[in-house]
Amino acid sequence: MGVTDHPDPSRDLKVVVVEPDRDRALMIVDALRTAGSYDVMVVDQASGLARRVAEAAPDLVLVDLRSPSRDMIEDLALASAPLQRPVALFVDESEDGLAETAIEAGLSAYVVAGLTAERIKPVLDAATARFGMIQRMRAELEATRRALEERKVIDRAKGLLMKARGVSEDEAYALLRRAAMSQNKRIPDVAQALVTAADLLG
Amino acid sequence: MNVPLRIAHLRLVDAAPLIVARDLGFAEAEGLALDLVAEPSWSALRDTLTSGRVAAAQMLSVMPVAMALGLGGVPGEVEALQVLSVNGDVIGLSQALSDRLGALPFGDAHAAGAALLSAAERAPVRIGVPFPFSMHAELLHYWLDQCGPPNRPNAIQVRTVPPPLMTDALAAGEIDAFCVGEPWGSWTVDRGAGVLVLPGSAIWAQAPEKVLAARVGWAEAEPDLARALLRALHRAARWLDVPANMGLAADMLARPGALDLPSELIERALSGRLSTGTGHAVVPGLLRFHAGAAAFPWRSQGAWIADRLARRHDLDRGWAQAAGRRAFRSDLYRRFLQDVVSDLPGASSKIEGALSGPTPVASHRGTLTLGPDSFFDGQVFEPLPSD
Repeated sequence: MGVTDHPDPSRDLKVVVVEPDRDRALMIVDALRTAGSYDVMVVDQASGLARRVAEAAPDLVLVDLRSPSRDMIEDLALASAPLQRPVALFVDESEDGLAETAIEAGLSAYVVAGLTAERIKPVLDAATARFGMIQRMRAELEATRRALEERKVIDRAKGLLMKARGVSEDEAYALLRRAAMSQNKRIPDVAQALVTAADLLG
Repeated sequence: MNVPLRIAHLRLVDAAPLIVARDLGFAEAEGLALDLVAEPSWSALRDTLTSGRVAAAQMLSVMPVAMALGLGGVPGEVEALQVLSVNGDVIGLSQALSDRLGALPFGDAHAAGAALLSAAERAPVRIGVPFPFSMHAELLHYWLDQCGPPNRPNAIQVRTVPPPLMTDALAAGEIDAFCVGEPWGSWTVDRGAGVLVLPGSAIWAQAPEKVLAARVGWAEAEPDLARALLRALHRAARWLDVPANMGLAADMLARPGALDLPSELIERALSGRLSTGTGHAVVPGLLRFHAGAAAFPWRSQGAWIADRLARRHDLDRGWAQAAGRRAFRSDLYRRFLQDVVSDLPGASSKIEGALSGPTPVASHRGTLTLGPDSFFDGQVFEPLPSD
């Protein structure tokens, strides 16, 4: 693998398996190897878990649904920005019905015990796809939030222009648009510059 | 024939009302057969609740609000039907950090905050909390923001560490301090891994710590079950509040079928008599279930939580507060309990932090005493007017 600043899209998916039980960890690693070409790392103890997972910067984390360390992984994967990792969880067959409901619930994918290659691959695919979807949703949410912020700034800038130049709201907006076009800038950026200048001038 | 009802909880002392309601027959008296399920983590508990595998759950008070604000990337909507416990967290330091900071008077939030921030000027201080969306995290952020805030970015790093692993993480030097619910603070002290410097109540005297959460709409769809559950929990909390019952309560909670923890540790949390690692301390109201309308889910508590989250996550505060208010169902609590609770507050929202001592307030029958609910820095929180 070459050393680059940016992740190589053709590189293997990096998977961290959090599993204290050695036999079970080996079984999972074997199943992953048969399923495809993955860069697999096993973390076998709770101590230092967060640090090791963070350092590994995996694309996917496999962790037992019943693991008490799950909250740590969630914090790394979901709660703290930036969102970087999808999470897939596996669970014993005894947890009847949980796999279905969990997959329906959206975020986590669950592999049921007896981790054969055929079963692991679709779950990894599903988890990765789900992760992509959630990332898109986040991006859309962020875009909406930014649009709201920008509208507030534009409204303030319009208000300033209306007051300073005695023009109507539509004319104020037209002024902003013309300035943006002539300076080859976005309207929100021109509005922001105006608001900042007005704040400085008091 | 009692109706079976599955409720999820974690192995924590503040799950006491659920265990007492089951084991002392309060649930049975309401026609319920409580099936309590101990979950291994908050994420597992949340998934269990949102997927409908349990009817209700003991939940961190911040979780329903965070979910309503779309934080944490987890779909599903839940709401708080009541507060299950008030306060109960402790803040502790590793032996190494404690040695560096020198002797601190137990319970002095100003002194401890200043000491921690000055240590953070030299090297980052890593503080463990049980979950990113928890009263533990909110108390820490509020406390250090009001004391500081630190000058250097990342001077304070809040990390998630499951409570049973907190002692080991502290001993291994992965964190320097923690904010955790009992008995895990006392557990750390007993193992010589750290010292306690502050009860959570020294930061906010009435912090809603855990709530009884259900999926949005469940209580309205199953009013008989919800009413029976809230009534059973009300009687359990009242029983827990009687000092003479404390020893029995500790023994009951200690059993393998309940929390499976040493009875003596549980009694420390219930009585507020703590061993701090540097001495002994008595904390009145370390953990409360009943007195001062502890169980009442104030809309303003939901708004406070939402406001804090909104500031940190850069969300619109008015929108967030409205969502926080909606997540704390004082209306349902009132509807289900008005003919059994001798006194309910007349209002559903209050100015948080305004009561510096026990204060008589307007109520249905005029005999209710609230508070204290003050913040360590004397600030008050007045929710934005509802739309």
